[in-house]
Amino acid sequence: MSDKTVTIEINGMPVDATAGQMLIEVTDREDAYVPRFCYHKKLSVAANCRMCLVEVENAPKPLPACATPVMEGMKVFTHSNAAIEAQKATMEFLLINHPLDCPICDQGGECELQDLAMGFGRNVSRYTERKRVVKDKNLGSLVSTDMTRCIHCTRCVRFGQEVAGIQELGTTGRSEDMEIGTYIERSVDHELSGNIIDLCPVGALNDKPYRYSARAWEMLAKPLVSPHDCAGSNLFGHVLRGRLKRIVPRDNESINETWIADRDRFSYEGIYADDRLTAPMLKVKGDWLEVSWSRAISEARDVLRTSVGDDGNRLGVLVSPSSTVEEMYLLNRITRHIGSNNIDHRLRMRDFRDQDADPVWPALGMPIAALEELDGVLIVGSNLRREVPIVAHRIRKAAIQGASVGFVNPSAYEYHFPCAAYVEAPVQLLSQSLASVLVAAIEMDGGKASEAVRLGIDIAGINESHRAAAQVLLGKKQALLLLGQITLRHPRFADVRAIAAALCEVTGAKLGYLPEGANAAGGALSGVLPHRGPGGQVARTVGLNASEMLTDPRQAYLLYGLEPEHDFSNATLVTQALTAADTVVCFSSYMTDALLEYADVLLPIATFAETAGTFINVEGVWQSFDAAAKVLGNAREGWRVLRVLGNELDLPACEYRTTADICDALAAELGNQDLDTSYKGRFKPTLEEADIDILALDVPMYAIDAIVRRGSALQETAAARESKSI
Amino acid sequence: MSKGALSEQVCREIDHWVAKFPKGRQRSAVISALQAVQHENQGFLTQDLMDAVAEHLDLPPIQVYEVATFYSMFETDPVGRHCISVCTNISCMLCGSTEIVAYLEKKLDVKLGESTEDGKFYLKQEEECLAACCGAPMMMVNHDYHENLTPQKIDEILEELD
Repeated sequence: MSDKTVTIEINGMPVDATAGQMLIEVTDREDAYVPRFCYHKKLSVAANCRMCLVEVENAPKPLPACATPVMEGMKVFTHSNAAIEAQKATMEFLLINHPLDCPICDQGGECELQDLAMGFGRNVSRYTERKRVVKDKNLGSLVSTDMTRCIHCTRCVRFGQEVAGIQELGTTGRSEDMEIGTYIERSVDHELSGNIIDLCPVGALNDKPYRYSARAWEMLAKPLVSPHDCAGSNLFGHVLRGRLKRIVPRDNESINETWIADRDRFSYEGIYADDRLTAPMLKVKGDWLEVSWSRAISEARDVLRTSVGDDGNRLGVLVSPSSTVEEMYLLNRITRHIGSNNIDHRLRMRDFRDQDADPVWPALGMPIAALEELDGVLIVGSNLRREVPIVAHRIRKAAIQGASVGFVNPSAYEYHFPCAAYVEAPVQLLSQSLASVLVAAIEMDGGKASEAVRLGIDIAGINESHRAAAQVLLGKKQALLLLGQITLRHPRFADVRAIAAALCEVTGAKLGYLPEGANAAGGALSGVLPHRGPGGQVARTVGLNASEMLTDPRQAYLLYGLEPEHDFSNATLVTQALTAADTVVCFSSYMTDALLEYADVLLPIATFAETAGTFINVEGVWQSFDAAAKVLGNAREGWRVLRVLGNELDLPACEYRTTADICDALAAELGNQDLDTSYKGRFKPTLEEADIDILALDVPMYAIDAIVRRGSALQETAAARESKSI
Repeated sequence: MSKGALSEQVCREIDHWVAKFPKGRQRSAVISALQAVQHENQGFLTQDLMDAVAEHLDLPPIQVYEVATFYSMFETDPVGRHCISVCTNISCMLCGSTEIVAYLEKKLDVKLGESTEDGKFYLKQEEECLAACCGAPMMMVNHDYHENLTPQKIDEILEELD
């Protein structure tokens, strides 16, 4: 597309446009409304619905605005008689086969067809013949279908081809017999496939778990942020009388564009799972009693004081990486106040040897949107599409625009874009494989690298795949080496990172992380780390990390938002440690058999949609949100409970009235320090083989946290069933 | 659902067509590929065969299903091994194709679009003009044109088929 500017006239108003731009982009920008069904700003132009016909001076017939490039001097009329007549005629044809079932259609009230029928439809149909009927398809547990309502705009088909990268839906048959479907019965399995629900302009594709449970106009849309991955996708929670009924994307061009992952859309079912903890509970002589909040909190204070005594080191605090900044900051303050430094949110990590060189927070090193501008990305140890689908989508866009994308991975996970390099790195040998890439890069760079960068590595068996991976980063203007969750959870993480950092030094690439949870950045910045306080201040005494707290059991534990048997690298060890402890105080949204077994006090806390809070995403953006839904039962927002517990424990300056107060306090503590996230360590890696299995490192997409594990529709998807069958 | 479902000859034929298009545009060869496959499989396609074509061309299977269901020359359900299509477009209709169809339906004891029980004949519903108006009424049997049809001539033509 050239950058030449042309001047056109829309409804008599002269406006500037870029030559080659489609008319509809200009009319949208100028707020001259043109009706449409098949056109979508994120998809290619199909021009098959003909709804956007407009009158153009000197054109013999009305032209589709979505497929007409602007030209100098063009005079466009969007509301002239000829345009309106053409639009009305199109509408009449579209309604020929559309059932009049709006009263029982979930799309009713938020339906583009319904809206446009109001604007452009006749009030009486002239069509008296039989309407066609199309059999519904079973697309799996997430998307419901009413295919008779389909108007063949093909947005869902184009979404598969262009955004997901794998076409799952297609148009079969022709003419009257044309249908949208999969031809053979199969589910749509892509991790972004729920977006076809929003794309569908009619009620053909709808949200299956939400089906028939509310009407669009009854609900309030409350802004939320995804609690499942580090991208921090923006969401709207639709709430009916305090209950979250469904989740849809909230446009944010710099993070999730208009898409969200299925995990973000459907996990809300977990909020209303049967085993929600709805009242504070206390174990009295082996029996569980429901008690008042004041009694539960004072009991929590007492048991913590008794078992910790004068030695704060007896306490271990383990925090979910998807807790809010406010919760984490208060937990940090309470733990240090009790005199313990044993606090951590890195629950699935195994290797903490080089933690002093950790960045202030595990960062992508660039904005998410800037991933598209990269020309080289090397992804090390990551099942990217399942870890952070939104980041995977951005990287796919980069690859399609010509970036070289390479992987150093234990398995060739499926990617729907051209892959420039793949180093098969058995999980035990991840560090060796990356070291081979480093050696290849040094060799290809002409051997100019300093001794320090060589890390004293001497490795044989460099092959073409290693050179190809090095080539992905070498000589690129903007390159990124991305460490995924398989790497972060790896028992030789420190080695892998040191090698990765050297590789970045040789190639000029940036080093980025994809940490677990929605708020790993918040965890690090608010001081939920044994070796650092808020903002990366070095702790005077280094406490025990998440792994040491279990291998070297504590007398007392405080668990925040966890299911220990699922959320740790070593389930057996954590259960042993908790069972043997004198005191276990649990802040939890769920009541599990395991918690009832070893806990002493259970404090029910709100889930992500029921609390106000802040998540800091992987690019460092603070995203605050208010509570969308009413907290279930007698549960409370976590930060309020922590504040009261802080008061009970005589924590000074703990009079926060809102989450904003807590954020301000943390921000004041962070000050204006330079939050540099590059690697400055001097860790000397060794290339030892790790004793680990890939299944232990690659946590399935729909098992990542307690809420997702209870999302019943997600648990029925092909991806969930596949991971359970292993 | 493996490549094994396609014979070596069909694969060669498909590759011959793929070579005619620019690299990465192998989707353009789907029609030719399906024709070759259908020809070898007694005149119809199966899901396994379509999947095999998709795999051979490195396309999502749905893109092959789309083509196979769109064109009336592809059969996605089993049909009789001899395909009879009578042109019913305007010239043939004026010259008596309605009677020809009626005669065939009676003779074979099937309706348009059905196959005989013994699996020998398939009386195809023809969608378009077969472009032999000068010899109307006409029919196509296994890609061969027969013009100026009469009931007697039809008997002779069908008699010769095994």
